[in-house]
Amino acid sequence: MTLRGDLALITKLINADARVLDLGCGTGDLLASLQAEKNVNGYGLDKDPTNIQVCLSKGVNVIEQDLDAGIANFADDNFDMVVMTDALQAVRDPRGLLREMLRIGEECVVTFPNFGHWRCRAQLGLRGHMPVPKHLPHHWHNTPNIHLCTTQDFERLCHEENFRIIQRRVVNTPYREHWSITLAPNLMASHAFYRLGRPS
Amino acid sequence: MNSAAVSVGIVSPQRFHSVAPLTLQNGSVLDTYELVYETYGTLNTDKSNALLICHALSGHHHAAGLHQEDDAKPGWWDACIGPNKAIDTNAFFVVSVNNLGGCHGSTGPRSINPNTGKTYGPDFPHVVVKDWVNTQAALADHLGIDVFAAVVGGSLGGMQALQWSIDYPDRLRACVAIASAAKLSAQNIAFNEIARQAISSDQDFNEGRYFEEEKNPDRGLGLARMIGHVTYLSADGMGTKFGREVKSGDFDAGYDVEFQVESYLNYQGRAFTQYFDANTYLLMTKALDHFDPARETKGDLVSAFQKATCKYLVLSFSTDWRFSAARSQEIVDALVRAKKNVASAVIESEHGHDSFLLPIERYTNALKTFLDQLLIMQKGESE
Repeated sequence: MTLRGDLALITKLINADARVLDLGCGTGDLLASLQAEKNVNGYGLDKDPTNIQVCLSKGVNVIEQDLDAGIANFADDNFDMVVMTDALQAVRDPRGLLREMLRIGEECVVTFPNFGHWRCRAQLGLRGHMPVPKHLPHHWHNTPNIHLCTTQDFERLCHEENFRIIQRRVVNTPYREHWSITLAPNLMASHAFYRLGRPS
Repeated sequence: MNSAAVSVGIVSPQRFHSVAPLTLQNGSVLDTYELVYETYGTLNTDKSNALLICHALSGHHHAAGLHQEDDAKPGWWDACIGPNKAIDTNAFFVVSVNNLGGCHGSTGPRSINPNTGKTYGPDFPHVVVKDWVNTQAALADHLGIDVFAAVVGGSLGGMQALQWSIDYPDRLRACVAIASAAKLSAQNIAFNEIARQAISSDQDFNEGRYFEEEKNPDRGLGLARMIGHVTYLSADGMGTKFGREVKSGDFDAGYDVEFQVESYLNYQGRAFTQYFDANTYLLMTKALDHFDPARETKGDLVSAFQKATCKYLVLSFSTDWRFSAARSQEIVDALVRAKKNVASAVIESEHGHDSFLLPIERYTNALKTFLDQLLIMQKGESE
């Protein structure tokens, strides 16, 4: 099975036998791969009935839960890694959820689309319409993304919250890295990947 | 499609007579007992496809198919058990048993106490979920089943499935608890107590010895069923089904108006007294109230699950307020903390607690997918 680029990246970070919680696990690809390859004790939360059905067909530990209702039911320090891919921008309280992720897990991995990408800037700044770039294909009236941010915004939040940025990867739309992106990430990256630790 | 194509067809109950003395949790001993059960499907050669069905408060062994061609209704879970259904009898060998203390053929209050030669009645010992699990395990021994592929139950049946995973961790690969709870809430116990009071305050109850006078506490038992029935439905579900529709009478003619919902409940209450025993109802509701596997681990449900090795599926329904989704979430949270494999879903349905008996598409799909996946994995492991 070929994993989406960001998921392949996350897989590399996770130790064998680790305990992983995947927030907004979708169709369970990451967990299925972690279970098969790394004997991970993983759980995924999702609220979409279709996604849950697909997870069941893969034998993934999927739990029906809406992230916007919070994740207070999980105990402190219960996981090695809490993962949230491409969902930060769609939740009601991103800051609260990030705090919760680092309460439950030793570390967390967060990926999100970068709204600072030059296409976003060009479409709004030059053409005057809400950006609909390749990496954010929804229109303003039907987007689930209510809290879009740039990598700069995200890092500012991490600074305010004293989250430790252990690793950052910035990629283009096919989830590839390139020297030009590393040079000017907030302008060139379509997606950002952050591995965070608790305040030291 | 004719009904035979989607049903297990004609089935016959079988009997298991245990001659090994059974010590119950309360210390009393039954020297012998009988369990009546049915099976659907075929046990495979390595006996790896057995699936146990645990029934709820008013359930019994007849879960699927018909006893006779002209039966008005099939078994109580025919919506879910049959060829290609959620519990696929082409794949699984399904065992469905009437619990000890029941009133459908297994030893219970209506049986003769061999020591006295008289009907047990109210003297039948108090049984709890653990006792049922022990007797079901004895039946499994009798059938040559070492390990169940899954133990499945709704409501009180889900409690038995959970207890199985704790008491016999090596004897099941999966536990499915549907519309269940790790223990009853105060509100839930309260409803059971009202039902019990309805029965025991019936003037024909005679302290449980109604049969000696050839009477039956029909009014009390019927009332208990009516109370239960209301709590198994949701307000919206009742609204959709009955609204304020009038069955008979006329508002202009005075008070003599019977609403459809009244007629329905009265019918349900009356019908129940024809096939259910009042002493069994008292016994079953007490077993429900007392269930709490965490009692043995000082109230810590996470520790209670520690020894379990099976996978879990926990299903609940959006409008079930008797066994709400929050109760199922408590089970899930404890299982996650205990590092057990668990999947859960909250099924949208307007039918309240009764949903678990109905062919709701998302529900049956989820159940079928989980169970089918077990066999796929099993096959993968043995290759």
